[in-house]
Amino acid sequence: MILDVRALTRRFPVRGGHGAVHAVDDVTFAIGHGESVGLVGESGCGKSTVVRLVTRLDDPTDGRIFFEGHDVGAIPAKRFARTAARGRIQMVFQDPADSLNPRFTAFDTIADPMRRLGESAMRARLRDRVHEVADLCGLPAELLGRYPHQLSGGQQQRVGIARAIALEPRLLVLDEPTSALDVSVQAVILHLLADLRQRLGMSYLFVSHDLNVVRMLTDRVLVMYLGRIVEQGPADVVFEQPAHPYTRALLSAVPADGGGPRSRICLTGEPRSPIDPSPTVCRFHGRCPEGFERCEREMPVLRAAGAGRDHEAACHLLDAPVGSAVS
Amino acid sequence: MTGFLRHARYVVTENPVTLVAFGLLLFLVVLAFIGPTIAPHDPLATDTARKLEPPTRAHWFGTDQLGRDILSRVVVATRLDLAIALGAVALSFAAGSLLGSCAGYFGGWTDRLVTRVMDTIMAFPLFVLAMGIVAALGNTLANIVYATAVINVPFYARMARAEVNVRRDAGFVHAARLAGNGPARVLAVHVFPNCLPPMMVQVSLNLGWAILNAAALSFIGLGVRPPTPEWGIMVAEGAAFMVSGEWWIALFPGLMLMLAVFCFNLLGDGLRDLIDPRRRT
Repeated sequence: MILDVRALTRRFPVRGGHGAVHAVDDVTFAIGHGESVGLVGESGCGKSTVVRLVTRLDDPTDGRIFFEGHDVGAIPAKRFARTAARGRIQMVFQDPADSLNPRFTAFDTIADPMRRLGESAMRARLRDRVHEVADLCGLPAELLGRYPHQLSGGQQQRVGIARAIALEPRLLVLDEPTSALDVSVQAVILHLLADLRQRLGMSYLFVSHDLNVVRMLTDRVLVMYLGRIVEQGPADVVFEQPAHPYTRALLSAVPADGGGPRSRICLTGEPRSPIDPSPTVCRFHGRCPEGFERCEREMPVLRAAGAGRDHEAACHLLDAPVGSAVS
Repeated sequence: MTGFLRHARYVVTENPVTLVAFGLLLFLVVLAFIGPTIAPHDPLATDTARKLEPPTRAHWFGTDQLGRDILSRVVVATRLDLAIALGAVALSFAAGSLLGSCAGYFGGWTDRLVTRVMDTIMAFPLFVLAMGIVAALGNTLANIVYATAVINVPFYARMARAEVNVRRDAGFVHAARLAGNGPARVLAVHVFPNCLPPMMVQVSLNLGWAILNAAALSFIGLGVRPPTPEWGIMVAEGAAFMVSGEWWIALFPGLMLMLAVFCFNLLGDGLRDLIDPRRRT
């Protein structure tokens, strides 16, 4: 395991009020060496908070984060910038325009992590190394002297990727790396990312709400809803045989490509409030088309689902199948 | 460096107003440096036989009540006035941006403390505060600079705080932390330089304001003492003679003062464009 996250919890106090927003609640997952794990869910489900916690930009309220066997969750985010593990967990941001310093040229942006964290051998041949990394990301050398506003969106994202892989990280967190790009550029960047993972042997935590992209790029998928993981398993299994009603609804919203019409599951009702949610009610209750009385009494925990190995879902239906469980 | 020069040429030629402003600035700076050597007369030499003469070929700007040549005094005063303005603005810019960016970036008690102190300073009528500082610390040149700096600090602090605050959660700030920059380095190298363009506009407006402030302090008798040539004192001395028709004593130093303030006010946009890499094409 390269990353092992246990019972991760992050609560934010509500400004000028009582209670706390439970952004991430009791999340446990692991990423193996060279594995690519997808994290999906709707806006506000806590994906980005998980990313900030795993990349150690934010401190968890509770829970532990083990990276390569070390408890990195115990190091305060403020001090983590200067530890050895910093260069080994890197990230590609969602909005390339926002994630590049407007006053840094592409060269300086890519060189910054090497100057700060690189070993002296790497700093000695900084120029060569920057060119090497830029080349790996398909960034022509003549663009290295440019400022971000002089680059296109796709070029900006290549700079962002080059910066992230400059230190040869073992874990690369990708926070919706293509959602701010034009559709034509998206595919190119996704191919680049898939290619880089192969070449450099990195592990990916791939966050997205584009399910087709997740399916293409990941081995395993985590589905989050209101701060909790509701289903996890191998990508094929989760996409073919979703066990949680939320995953089924999510997948039914993906436009079917060429095939017959997919039956849409339309969710009704309001999502539950993330502010001090009841610990004994399923987070999906009220919006779940298949909710029943037990969902109001007891919070479902992850349990084995279906035949696939490692496939788990947090739903009472898996214990007590009711007639309507299959849709 | 050549890139910067090329960019500077582009900024200046693109906007005629900027060209005028930089031209005026160049004129003032040259005057400040070589003023004493090109002044036709000794600015302190009195000649009571030729007092209160209107502009003539010998004395282009006329003479004052002690027969001193006004042109020479106006020219020589440039250095002092620019030095006061630059010194005061540099001090308040440095102190204000340090306090303001720390308040904006770290938040919490740093923010509360800095904001309260700045609010307290701004609660005073600023010119009266400057008078009070000079009166209390003593009537010296250094104290005029300090007083002008103190009353300007809140403007820089508030601006730096706001500019840093909107950027502190930007993607490139998180990226800088991922690249191994500690908090101080993130603030100094990544966040603050991006706040410079809007602050440059403030700096240039402030330069004009600082000159006026120093002149105003001299006008009411604080600060620079006669017979030192300084635009503010000269206007103050000349004001008494306006009613009896000797207009030139106050007019010419007043015009120079206006020209300097005008130049600094025009300079703002050009300075911002110069410092902003996004203006580069």
